[in-house]
Amino acid sequence: MTITSPPGQVPSPLAAPKPAKQKQKGGGFLRYLITRFLLIIPTVFILITVVFFLMRITGDPITAALGGRLTPDQLAARIHEAGYDRPLILQYFEYLGKIFTGDLGRTLSDNRAVSEILTTYGAATLELAINSVLVALIVGIPLGLVAAKFRDRYPDAVLRVLAILSYATPVFFAGLLLKLIFGVWLHALPIAGRADWQTELQLTNLQAPTGIYWLDALRSGNMAAFGNVMEHALLPAIALGLLTGGVFLRLVRTNAIGTLGREYVEAGRSRGVSEFRLTTKHAYRPALIPIITVMGMQIAMLLGGAVLTETTFEWKGLGFKLAEYLTARDFVAVQGIVVLLAIIVAVTNFIVDILAALIDPRVRY
Amino acid sequence: MGTATLSKANQSWAAKLPIISHLRMSSGLQRGMLVAGLIFSALFVICAVFAPLIAPYDFAQSSDANGDFPRQAAPGGQFIWGTTASGYDVFSRTVYGAQTAILVIIAAVVMSLFIGVLLGLISGYLGGWFDRIMVVLADAIYAFPSLLLAIVMSIVISQGQSSLYGGVMAAAISITVVFIPQYFRVVRAEVMRLKAEPFVESAQVIGSSPWRVMFTHLLRNATRTLPLIFTLNATEALLTLAGLGFLGFGIEPTSASEWGYDLNRAMSDATSGIWWTGLFPGLAIVLTVLGLTLVGESMNDLNDPRLRRFSRKKAKRITQAGGKA
Repeated sequence: MTITSPPGQVPSPLAAPKPAKQKQKGGGFLRYLITRFLLIIPTVFILITVVFFLMRITGDPITAALGGRLTPDQLAARIHEAGYDRPLILQYFEYLGKIFTGDLGRTLSDNRAVSEILTTYGAATLELAINSVLVALIVGIPLGLVAAKFRDRYPDAVLRVLAILSYATPVFFAGLLLKLIFGVWLHALPIAGRADWQTELQLTNLQAPTGIYWLDALRSGNMAAFGNVMEHALLPAIALGLLTGGVFLRLVRTNAIGTLGREYVEAGRSRGVSEFRLTTKHAYRPALIPIITVMGMQIAMLLGGAVLTETTFEWKGLGFKLAEYLTARDFVAVQGIVVLLAIIVAVTNFIVDILAALIDPRVRY
Repeated sequence: MGTATLSKANQSWAAKLPIISHLRMSSGLQRGMLVAGLIFSALFVICAVFAPLIAPYDFAQSSDANGDFPRQAAPGGQFIWGTTASGYDVFSRTVYGAQTAILVIIAAVVMSLFIGVLLGLISGYLGGWFDRIMVVLADAIYAFPSLLLAIVMSIVISQGQSSLYGGVMAAAISITVVFIPQYFRVVRAEVMRLKAEPFVESAQVIGSSPWRVMFTHLLRNATRTLPLIFTLNATEALLTLAGLGFLGFGIEPTSASEWGYDLNRAMSDATSGIWWTGLFPGLAIVLTVLGLTLVGESMNDLNDPRLRRFSRKKAKRITQAGGKA
């Protein structure tokens, strides 16, 4: 469901239920779970195929990375050694087979396994994603309710313009402004990195670290480290979170306007339920369901934004590494990380869809 | 547009043009948003078209008859928005940036419109295995982070090194690939719906070829909603271009001015408190996207009768006019 809906306008499951095959109540969810899981395979497979052939149409990665630095003979030897002179179709099947066993290739510039990059830098990206989704929810939901309550009056107009502004501002520009204001002029917050190097050292030396710094700091009870991590996390989370927050705001607004007009809200009003309670309890709950569905779509946008945010704040995650390999023209690494991110997107979409189906039975088909 | 039925029958043709009819329909806040959007958009277009007249210097000019420009000079005096670390005039680069942006937007949207509509039309009308493959492909591409796809495409097209029009085309094609699935999907859904309509069936009965049915009967009807997607995609194209530029995949600074690239350069300036190299190109992106989005959103709202708001006076006028006609 999430994969097939158009951008921008999100069909709410309230408006477009899938009524067709719902004869028996029991087996429906399990069947949905299995079909939805099987749908991941073609998606990922197609992406891997498309990316592979696109990257190889124009030439081999070794020429791209080392082209100017080696003589043609040396270059040919290296290409032969790596097997890039064999038929494309052969390379493709070999690549598929390797991916199947979890081997995404080795980077050219620093000769590391791409899968190792995931384990080293994945946690940082996950942390950034969690932080920014939290910011987005904290900002988006209450403001969306306010906008719905004051529909077409001043607060609504202001909030709508703010929501568009949050979409119109590229994360790196938002990051630049935040850095300037809070880092350079106010000297209030650090502007780069995930923690001070002392803290970082402490946290990485922990036993079985999760890699999510604030979680590690909390687990080890190191409050100074926790404070330091939070200071560093604030600006990137805001820069990326506002982008998604704007989307949530609009979504909550639209859906809350829908639910505020329902009969049961009117009935509550006639019983004497306060307007505040009507908005925050009665209209709010059903308006949340679409957010969960949309969150799946936001993951793709979030990861795209994470690449830019991480580069802006020197946040050493997958996106930061991707940008580094891009500048180094190490296209094996780029291809590996891109495929990796594609898999992450597909899997998160699956999880979100399952969550949505658990919460709202109408989504199942 | 559905507006024609609401407004008076004897309107002049000018009043039926999309944006003008929307302006007439709107009122209050909605009109304010539309007008603000139109102003920002117009500003953007004017900057793009008349860049050589507006900008005092060339975008890659770092010296004149009096010698080299100062580096990182604060705004004021000869350089109203200051100069960059390479001695370029920030004001001139920002103005010329509009030119690059508009070229990329037009190229990207036209290409994706053309290919996406064509594929959607064929896929929706013919159905069968072609349709199935196209849908799966479009879904897979759509689920993918668009910026990453654009990066892959720009590697394919230009190996990441771009110059002048090559760079503009590379960025545009990268963005096109991201957009094709969107147009494809909208048009295909419309075609699937229209296929069952009597006028299509009658055309088939009298022996029209599939191509004739597609291009004379379906095309017009299936593309009604596209102007809205158009404005939204224009903004996405601009943001993707800026994102590519920010990651260093934009256009070389000497061959064209590009806002995203300038912001990339400005990052290190910001840490030392130099704000003018980043602020102005950044604001240019924000205001342009804001303007285009406001226009698109307002048109969207005004086309949807449930979202359209009238002042009381106006509502009365419309009901009266409807009564007379």
